[in-house]
Amino acid sequence: MAREDTYLQIRGHLAELSDEQLEARFWELAQQVVDPLVELARTHTSPSIERSVLMRMGVDSPTCMAVVGECEKRGLLEHGAGHVVLHCGTTWGCSAPEAARRLAAGEGWDVVAQKWGGAA
Amino acid sequence: MSDQTPRPAGGAMPPLDPHEKIDLAALLEGIEDYRPRRKGWHWREQVPDQQLHKFVYKETSKGLKNSIPLPAAHYFGDIDPQPDCVVTSEIASGRFEDDIRRMRMAAWHGADHMMVIRTAGQSHMDGLLEGTPEGVGGIAVTRKQVRATRKALDLIEDEVGRPINFHSYVSGVAGPEMAVMFVEEGVNGAHQDPQYNVLYRNINMYRSFVDAAVAKHVMASVRMAQIDGAHNANATAVEAWNVMPELLVQHAINSAYSVSVGMPKEDICLSTVPPDAAPAPCMRMDLPYAVALRDLFGEYRMRAQENTRYMEADGRDATVSHVMNLVISRLTSADIQSTITPDEGRNVPWHYNNVAAVNTAKQSLVGMDGLREMVKLDREAPELKAKVREIKERAVLFLEAMLREGGYFASVEEAYFVDSGIYPETHDDGIARKSDGGVAAGTIVERAADYLAPVCHHFGENHLPEGLGDGGAVGGAASTGKPCDLIGGCTLCDAEKVPFIDELDPEDNVSARLAQTAELREKGLIKPEVEWAADGWVVVTMFLPAAPRVAEFAALEFGKAMNLRDCEVINKQVMHPAEGTLIELKGRLDAVVDPATLTIPPESVVMSDAEIKAFVTEKKLKCVAATVGEDEHSVGMREIIDIKHGGLEKWGFACEYLGTSAPVEKVLDAALEHAARIVLISTIITHGDMHRNNMEKLADLAVEKGVRDKLLLISGGTQVTDELARSWGMDAGFGRGAKGIGVASFVVRTMRERGM
Repeated sequence: MAREDTYLQIRGHLAELSDEQLEARFWELAQQVVDPLVELARTHTSPSIERSVLMRMGVDSPTCMAVVGECEKRGLLEHGAGHVVLHCGTTWGCSAPEAARRLAAGEGWDVVAQKWGGAA
Repeated sequence: MSDQTPRPAGGAMPPLDPHEKIDLAALLEGIEDYRPRRKGWHWREQVPDQQLHKFVYKETSKGLKNSIPLPAAHYFGDIDPQPDCVVTSEIASGRFEDDIRRMRMAAWHGADHMMVIRTAGQSHMDGLLEGTPEGVGGIAVTRKQVRATRKALDLIEDEVGRPINFHSYVSGVAGPEMAVMFVEEGVNGAHQDPQYNVLYRNINMYRSFVDAAVAKHVMASVRMAQIDGAHNANATAVEAWNVMPELLVQHAINSAYSVSVGMPKEDICLSTVPPDAAPAPCMRMDLPYAVALRDLFGEYRMRAQENTRYMEADGRDATVSHVMNLVISRLTSADIQSTITPDEGRNVPWHYNNVAAVNTAKQSLVGMDGLREMVKLDREAPELKAKVREIKERAVLFLEAMLREGGYFASVEEAYFVDSGIYPETHDDGIARKSDGGVAAGTIVERAADYLAPVCHHFGENHLPEGLGDGGAVGGAASTGKPCDLIGGCTLCDAEKVPFIDELDPEDNVSARLAQTAELREKGLIKPEVEWAADGWVVVTMFLPAAPRVAEFAALEFGKAMNLRDCEVINKQVMHPAEGTLIELKGRLDAVVDPATLTIPPESVVMSDAEIKAFVTEKKLKCVAATVGEDEHSVGMREIIDIKHGGLEKWGFACEYLGTSAPVEKVLDAALEHAARIVLISTIITHGDMHRNNMEKLADLAVEKGVRDKLLLISGGTQVTDELARSWGMDAGFGRGAKGIGVASFVVRTMRERGM
């Protein structure tokens, strides 16, 4: 809905603030706006975040795509795709990139299912 | 700070030779083993009170080893002062192999921040691309292209002698992956602002913010510089000057968010554009905003961008706008001065327009060096003071309303942003997004109690075994081990672990593109280009005495007559509705030139002013000059001798000009009378071999009088060549385009050689 410029009517509570106080208020409000956003980010993950974890584990991008896609389908992202790959690598005694390659090829999901449930 | 394992760079190349083109094939060789030699952003090294030539500079930085100075530099000892701030060049050709050559040109003119635009559509790709596919309006940002570009920039920074920042975008749906790849590959800066995703790319807002936290945290691990996306609001809003309060809010949201997820304030750069352009009284409108911004964000960095919102096809108009923007940068502050090419209003930037934009910035910044010490903003001026306060208050009211609305997401749903009203006024034309809508909606997942990511610099809840911190990220708790101990090292700690994929598409790749132009490169053939090797584009500027629309269509016909293909009028400007129109026409020229077939006369070597002056003064040199024969032309000779035209008088030659239609006998007599060592004759008229006869006659007379070896006989004229003049008894001949400096240099050199 369009609104006329009500600046002069609604600025009353700011008029008495010094420039420093006004600037401090600006930053206080900005922090209040971002705090819940930071909390959301702290407690959530996404397919891109999980692929970025696998990348840091030395996995190439098509393999990241395949493994995270499969984790998403199986509802495993909440545990971390890197966690899934780490678990398989530890179980199989191989490197993370190697474990990811095997998972991308469709191998070993039974190992994952044993730990977190879901289809093998 | 991150752990960086130093390692010898694979695929290393010898240093660039300024006289050789960059070898693209060699650049791609061994690319799989190449690793960046440094990470993070580089600010220029300031040199306070720098003395260059006869001047002291207040706002300059360390100079370059190799560079191309401004056109007038030869009057000032060829100095090339480098401003204090980083200077950006934005490059968007879509082919990295051509971008690299342009980066080298821009670096030689003073750019040290290469901002590579991404191909259209990449921000909506949920994942990374690989290989070297061609892009539209930018490159497909892939590991191979990024690595090859970084490798080229490593060579270029050595050539110019200043570190070059490489920059692209950590926005879109794949932000965290892009951030990791950029850190691995030594990209030094990136745009990262989740609001950009939400507003301009319609990417789901939850996803954008969740991803952004991880991306920013990873960027911070190597101290990459971050640029926000607020400037897009004034590039989008109908009345850009009205979005000023909102711009402050957008900057604040991204800045506060970035700091909260671990990014140091000094790495956070606010992308700010003076929102207006003439004919609005733009500087008076934009200054209060620039001041309010710098008041509020004093701990952050300013990336001053130039206005694109009101940019038309006229390069002159754009350049003037940008210079006014630069005045604002100098009167306030800029840590990074971005540049917009003057042709951006008409096409994807062309090679030489990147250079033009960089030079506009360098020229303006250096020209205004230290101005702030004499010209200060009057902070107490009633209009400035009131406006600065008003913009800040409006921004505070905006934030208060957002919180009342229920926070950021609720405000975006209610179209708070990019409204063309000046808040609290609204025109109800803002961008509204649904929190459950947009690209990648519904893709974020709450982390479970056992969520684990065994890698460093990961943001957010991470249930690592006891004793493992977050890898030493900014603000991370001290710990004995690193998260990646669980996997024996991650790619951020061990560059050897970074995987490399070469090409996925056998047709759309750099080798296929280079093969198309291989013949030109191998044979050294020349074809015009503006964007890509051998694209053939040329521009013809023409004034047509016709009304604009008629002129436009007439110009296309002229283009055809010039054998140009794909002709297009890229700028037209009415000089008068009936009297005529200026047209700039582009077209493709399908022709190549083989330099081997060219006859290029050797370039005459000119001496320095000081050297010539010293010699002339020492020898007290005099010359007599005349236009000989029945010839009334005097302009050419005046150009050569008059001080006003940069002629011989400039270096102290005493010149006796005898006028036109002088007989050669009289010229020689005058030379003897004045004890002149130099005789200059001008011969324009050539019918009946008049010019030849006069030259031979002068030479013969000098021999007869026994003075030939005491004199330098020089002739000039439009039809004269050095070769002909010498064959007719002269010591030298100067033809069309000759300048006083060429004649003076010849005189000094020859007299020295002959011991005269």
